[in-house]
Amino acid sequence: MSDFKVIGKKTDKIDAMALATGQPLFVDDLQLPDTLQIKILYSPYAHAIIEDIDTSEAEKYPGVKMVLTYKNTPHIIHTTAGQGWPEPSPYDTYMFDKKMRFVGDRVAAVAAETEEQAAEALKLIKVKYKVLPAVFDSEEAIKEGAPVIHDEPEITGAYDPKRNLAAHIEIRVGDVEKGFEESDVVVEETFETQYAQHTPIEPHVTLTYLDEYGRLVIRTSTQVPFHVRRIVAQALGIPVQKIRVVKPRIGGGFGTKQEIILEEICSYVTLKTKRPARLLYTREEEFISARTRHPFKVKVKIGAKKDGMLHAIRLYTLSNTGAYGSHGLTVASNAGSKTLPLYNKAENVEFVADIAYTNLPVAGAYRGYGATQSYAALEQAIDMVAEKLGMDPLELRKRNHIRAGETSPIFKALGEGREGVTQYIQSCALDELLEKGAKEIGWFKKHGKERRNGSKVYGIGMSMHMQGSGIPLIDMGAATLKMNEDGSFNLLYGGTDIGTGLDTIAAQIVAETLGIKPEQVIVYASDTDMTPFDVGAYASSGTFVSGGAVLKAALKVRDQILEVAKEKFGEFDTKDFILEDGKVISLKSGKNITLSEIAYDTLYVRNQHQIAATGSFVSPYSPPPFAVHFVEIEVDEETGVIKPIKYVAAVDCGKPINPELVKGQIIGALVNGLSYALTEEYIFSNSGRMLNPNFMDYKIPSTRDIPEIKVILAETYEPTGPYGAKSVAEININGPIPAIGNALYDALKIRLHKSPYTPERVLEAIKNKK
Amino acid sequence: MKVKYIINGKEEEYEIHPGEVLLDVLRRNGHTEIKGNCYLGTCGACTVLIDGVPHTSCTILAAKVNGKEITTIKGIGELDSPHPLQQAFVKTGAVQCGFCTPGAILSAYALLKKNPDPTEEDIKKALDGNLCRCTGYVQQIEAVKFAVKLLKEGKNE
Repeated sequence: MSDFKVIGKKTDKIDAMALATGQPLFVDDLQLPDTLQIKILYSPYAHAIIEDIDTSEAEKYPGVKMVLTYKNTPHIIHTTAGQGWPEPSPYDTYMFDKKMRFVGDRVAAVAAETEEQAAEALKLIKVKYKVLPAVFDSEEAIKEGAPVIHDEPEITGAYDPKRNLAAHIEIRVGDVEKGFEESDVVVEETFETQYAQHTPIEPHVTLTYLDEYGRLVIRTSTQVPFHVRRIVAQALGIPVQKIRVVKPRIGGGFGTKQEIILEEICSYVTLKTKRPARLLYTREEEFISARTRHPFKVKVKIGAKKDGMLHAIRLYTLSNTGAYGSHGLTVASNAGSKTLPLYNKAENVEFVADIAYTNLPVAGAYRGYGATQSYAALEQAIDMVAEKLGMDPLELRKRNHIRAGETSPIFKALGEGREGVTQYIQSCALDELLEKGAKEIGWFKKHGKERRNGSKVYGIGMSMHMQGSGIPLIDMGAATLKMNEDGSFNLLYGGTDIGTGLDTIAAQIVAETLGIKPEQVIVYASDTDMTPFDVGAYASSGTFVSGGAVLKAALKVRDQILEVAKEKFGEFDTKDFILEDGKVISLKSGKNITLSEIAYDTLYVRNQHQIAATGSFVSPYSPPPFAVHFVEIEVDEETGVIKPIKYVAAVDCGKPINPELVKGQIIGALVNGLSYALTEEYIFSNSGRMLNPNFMDYKIPSTRDIPEIKVILAETYEPTGPYGAKSVAEININGPIPAIGNALYDALKIRLHKSPYTPERVLEAIKNKK
Repeated sequence: MKVKYIINGKEEEYEIHPGEVLLDVLRRNGHTEIKGNCYLGTCGACTVLIDGVPHTSCTILAAKVNGKEITTIKGIGELDSPHPLQQAFVKTGAVQCGFCTPGAILSAYALLKKNPDPTEEDIKKALDGNLCRCTGYVQQIEAVKFAVKLLKEGKNE
C-alpha cells in the first residue's frame, strides 16, 4: 500500500489560505442589514422558581423588538445534546422554563436593534425568584433528601430524576469479587477530575434569517448541522422541511458545539419578527452557559497476579452532569467502553456508573468524552499495581494490553448508552509505541532514578490509551460526488469540518480514488439543503465515517467512469484500467482518455448522463486508535510548580491520510490535556457561581507554556477504514493527567487524587508526605 | 463623532460612538478579517497593527487611535498574493480552525519587521498573546521559522 499518490502525502489544507488571509468565512462574518441582536438574562440563583416576571419596562425600551420568556415561547421538552435520533440523553430541557437549575440558566432573552439596547433592556426585566436549596456535590446530590432538580412531570429518559440520577450503568463480566480474592496484589484508589471548558476561540454564534421564499436559514457555529435542524424543528414545533442549516467555517468546537443552545432562540426571533437575528456568546457566557467537561469521581480497583497479569478490574464512576443531562449517559459509557478493553487480559470486570444532576453548569461532550476522566484514574492505578508487583509499569502494560486479532467482552457489553457491538482488533501497534516512546524519553535510563538539582526534582511518567472511530452501527455519513467538464468534481457531503481539516481529507480520498489532484475536488459541506446527511463531527468519526462515505461515493463514480472508458476503448472489461493524472488508461491496450473528455462526452454528446453517485457509510466497526504518552517533568519542591520538560506522544491512528493534519490533532489535543492537568479549573462560590469566567483567571496555555513535544507515528493499516485510516482527534487529550501524575510520583513519591495539579495541591501533598 | 484611519494603506473615515472599541468599529465597517470577542485583550484574535505595533483591537478605544495607520491581515497579503508568513502557515499545517490565525500572523509579522532572525524564544514571546486552542502552537512556531527562511531566500513559494 505504499504506492499512494495523495494519501499520506503532504497536502495543504484546502481552506488554509482563505483563513490565513482573513476571508469572511465564519458565521459572524456575514452581516445582514436589519439584523436583530439578542442578549440573554441568566439566573443569579443556582436553584429557584420564577414566581413572577415582568417584562413590560424592557419591552418599552428603545429598539426592543421582543422579549422572550417561558410565558411566550414554545414549551416543548427536549435535549440540547446534538446526538443521533433517538437521543440517548434525557429530555429535560425547555427553551425557557419557570424553574432555574444553575447560575447561568436562562431567564429571558431580548431582541433589539442593537446589542447595547438589548443589554440595557435586560436590566429592566423584573424577576421575583423563590430561591430553593441547591446541591453542588455529586455525592450529596444522589443522597436521600437532596433537593430534586428535575421535578417536571414531562421529563423522559432520565434514570431516576427523584434521586437526581440522570443515568445509571452496570456492566459485569466474569466475577470481579472472586477475581480480587484470587489476585496476589490489589490496588484501590479514588481520583477526582474537575470542571473545565473547551474554550474554542470562536464562541458559540448563530445568525438566522428568512430566505426569499420565507424558509428559515440557520447559519451557525455547530458540529452537528443535521441534528440542529431536527432539534430546532422539535423544540419549536415546526417541520424539518421549513429549516435550512448552514455550517460555514467553524472556529473550533472540541465538543461544546455538539449542542443546540442558541439556534432555537435565534430561530424563534426570526420566525416571529421576519427579521434576521444574531446571538453571539461572550467569553463569560461561553464559560457559564455553554457546555463543560463532566467532572468525575472515579473509584478504581485492580487485582493482579504475581506474574504481572491483571485479573480483575472494577471501575465506579460518579459524574456530575450539572443542571441538565446532556451527554450524561454516553460520556459515562465511554469512561468504561474506551478504557477497559485496553486491558483485555483481565477476565473479571465490573463497570458501574452513576450520573448525577447538580445545580452547577451543564456538562456536555468534550474531546475525550469520559475516557479522559477515566484514564486519569485507571492509568495511575496501573502504575500503582506495577509498584506493588515490583514491576516496571511499562512492562506491566506490555503484558496486558489488547492486541490485533483479540477482542474484549466490553465491546459488546457496553455501547453508547446501550449495548455495544463485538469488535476484533485488526490493527494495533501498541508494542511499537511502547518501545519507540520509551526510547525517545529515555525511560530505562531515567525511570525510578532520583534526579535532583537544588529544589528541583525530576521525574518521568507514562500512560497508555485507546479510543474509537465513530459509534458503530449508529453514526452514518453520506457523500455525493459529481463530475464536471474539466475533470473536476463537486463533492457535496455532510461531514462537518470544524477546523480539523476534514474537508481536506475528503478531497484527498476523492483524488486518490480518481487519480486526480486534491485541488480538482471542490468541497461543499454541511448544508442541510445542499448536501446529504451526516451525523456531524463527534466521537472521532470524521475521517472514518464521513471519509468512509466519501470513499464509497468516489468508488461508485470511478465505476461509472470506467464503464464509459470501456466503451470508448472498445474493450470487454475494466480490470486492467487505471486512473492516473486525470486519465483512464488501459494497461492492456495502452489506450487512454482524459476525465475531461469523458465528462464532455457524457454531458453533451452521447449516452448523456451526469456521472455522479452518493455513498452512505455506517460501520459495525469502530477501530480504536492507540497511544502511549511519556512525559518528563521538573517539579520545584519549594514552589510546587510542575513544569513539563518533554512530552512524547506515540500514536497509532492507522494510515495517516494527511500527516500535517494528524500532527496538528495530536499536539492540539495533548496541549489542551496538559493545561487540563495543570491549570484549567472552574472555581465556584459557595452559591454555585463560577468566579473565573475569563482567560485571565481561567488559564489556557499560550506559546510559553508548551514543553518540547515529540510525536511518533507508528503506521498501521486498518482494513475497515478509508485507505487504512483510524481516528486521531480525541485520544491524545487523555494522556497528560495520568502521565504527569505518574511522573510526579516518580519524582517525589507523592500522588495527587484531584486534578488539576496546581502548586497548592503539590505543596500540600509534599507536606502530608512529611 | 468621526474618525479617520489609514487602513492597509487606504484612508477611511467612520462615524463612531465615543465609547466604542476599535474592533467593533472596524468589523461593523466590513473589516471582518479581524476576529475575536473577549473584550479583555486576553485571546489576541483581534490583533491589528497600529503604526506597526500589535494591539488587541478589543481593548483600545476607536477614538484614541484617530489618524493612525492600521494594518489588518489583508494589509500584509491577499488570497492571490499572500505574504510569506501566510504561505508558511499554510505549508506547515499551522492553520486549523483559522480563527486565531490572522492575529497570530500579524504578531509574527511585527516581530519579523523588528527582528528578521528571531530565536525560538523570540517567536514564542511574540505569539504569547495569541491564544490558539487547536494547534498546540508547535506548527505555528515552525511556520514562523519557515517564513524567516522564505523571506531570507527572498522568494514567495
